[in-house]
Amino acid sequence: MTTVERVREEAAHIGAQPAAGQESGLTGDTVDLRVLKGVPGGAPEEVAYQVPMVTGMVVLDAVHYVQHNLDTDLACRWNCKAAKCGSCSAEVNGHPVLMCKTRIDELPAGPVVVHPLKTFPLIKDLVTDVSRNYEINREIPQFTPAPGDEGPWRIQQVDIDRLYEYRRCIECFLCQDVCHIMRSHHYADRFYGPRFFVRVASLEMHPKDVLNRVDQTRTDGGLGYCNITKCCTEVCPEHIHITDNAIIPLKERNADRHWDPVRFVGRFLRGERPAGDGTQQGH
Amino acid sequence: MATQTAPGALITEPHAGVGLQGRLRTAPWWLLPLTVVSVLGAFTVYAIWTAFFSGGVNQAGPYLSPFYSPLIWATGPITPALWVLWSPLLFRATCYYYRKAYYRSFFWDPPACAVGELRYREYRGEAHFPLFLNNLHRFFLYAVLVVTGFLWYDVFLAFWDPKTGHVQLGLGTFIMLGNVTLLSLYTFGCHSLRHLSGGGLDCYSQGRFGMARFRAWSAVTVLNLRHAMWAWLSMFSVVLTDIYIHMLRAGWFIDPHVVF
Repeated sequence: MTTVERVREEAAHIGAQPAAGQESGLTGDTVDLRVLKGVPGGAPEEVAYQVPMVTGMVVLDAVHYVQHNLDTDLACRWNCKAAKCGSCSAEVNGHPVLMCKTRIDELPAGPVVVHPLKTFPLIKDLVTDVSRNYEINREIPQFTPAPGDEGPWRIQQVDIDRLYEYRRCIECFLCQDVCHIMRSHHYADRFYGPRFFVRVASLEMHPKDVLNRVDQTRTDGGLGYCNITKCCTEVCPEHIHITDNAIIPLKERNADRHWDPVRFVGRFLRGERPAGDGTQQGH
Repeated sequence: MATQTAPGALITEPHAGVGLQGRLRTAPWWLLPLTVVSVLGAFTVYAIWTAFFSGGVNQAGPYLSPFYSPLIWATGPITPALWVLWSPLLFRATCYYYRKAYYRSFFWDPPACAVGELRYREYRGEAHFPLFLNNLHRFFLYAVLVVTGFLWYDVFLAFWDPKTGHVQLGLGTFIMLGNVTLLSLYTFGCHSLRHLSGGGLDCYSQGRFGMARFRAWSAVTVLNLRHAMWAWLSMFSVVLTDIYIHMLRAGWFIDPHVVF
């Protein structure tokens, strides 16, 4: 018995075969799925699989079919299959997407080519090591209210409304993957990346946060490297306006502190400390 | 079937993967950069021609070209357009939308999303000279707000027949009105203005003029959502207005108008 036959038999025992409803959804077509398989240091291979097409099938369904029926060795990270956990990020036909949100019948005719995220080090097949993102996250000072004002608070809706957009982030890291500063220039050691500019913006704009992270974002976070080409916004599955609502506002806050002689003179006349002292402004 | 691919397709070592990687793309990703280069290049050539080589101030009857407004030192060795053009041109050159457009199209940094870059080089972005000068955008905004005021005044003048002093409505009046409207929609949707009007505040309900600034920020945001569209439309309208006035000035036809 071949490995594939054994896997099919085991899969049938645990019910991993297509369910009755799915069987009825078979369209009779076949998906030409090509997955880049490989491990660090090895030569990656694009392996082709023929997957029966099911109505409403997403790329993650096709990958799961391969895992269950054709190649149990295929590594893939996923969790919710509802576009809310951010685990199944990959590059489909060269576009960074969530596999669970990418319908195959909406892709152009031809093979469906699935690659891992190119920006991050490979672990195996479609699984990459995104741990650098968590390290960056730890570098950002957490929410800090004024001493003695730790809450609970009653906050006006108008003051908190725009923060909801940032809270939609599911940390799929597609924006980090597509950002050319990390993808092509490999500046992960000196550039926070779009996801973390979103986090900084959400903290900076919080009416109860008193810490200033703008200078840190400029120096350690490499805010100046961003040349606002908006690829992060284009790939965001939560449709967060990353560039317009997070990165550009941070650049403008940076301009307030370092590029505005009018404000500089105003601060001088008021006897305020120079920019970079870590205190909040615009509050 | 197993197809061998280049090891560079996976980032396992520094600088791997540099070079265009658009082979998986089915859509022509290069079409947008090509279009932007063509259109912005044509606009630049046209702006140079009309400012320096079109034979003096482009003015016909009550209509003054936006390239020459406000008219400062109409006579002299230096074209009067030069006294004015720097502000809208630098405003556009440092505009957050145009930055995206020319970084992608002229610098290929990157030419499109997730297609790699043509070559590897030390990337400096806007963190160093000269591109960090784009941070001065708000100062060109201030200058352009003044110029926009003059453009509205030009539209006001376009409603008056210079010979009789009576109110007139001509095709040129509507062209100039449309042009300055589009320019205003572009200018008042500026990201810097959005920040200055209220985006820089953390708390609207408590601060001085907080709610007024929130409303201003909300209004700018409405325009800002279509900033790219206004950027292109206003650029086209400036050129069309200038061409129209050139044609009137050359005597190719008479402006159809009604004097009241």
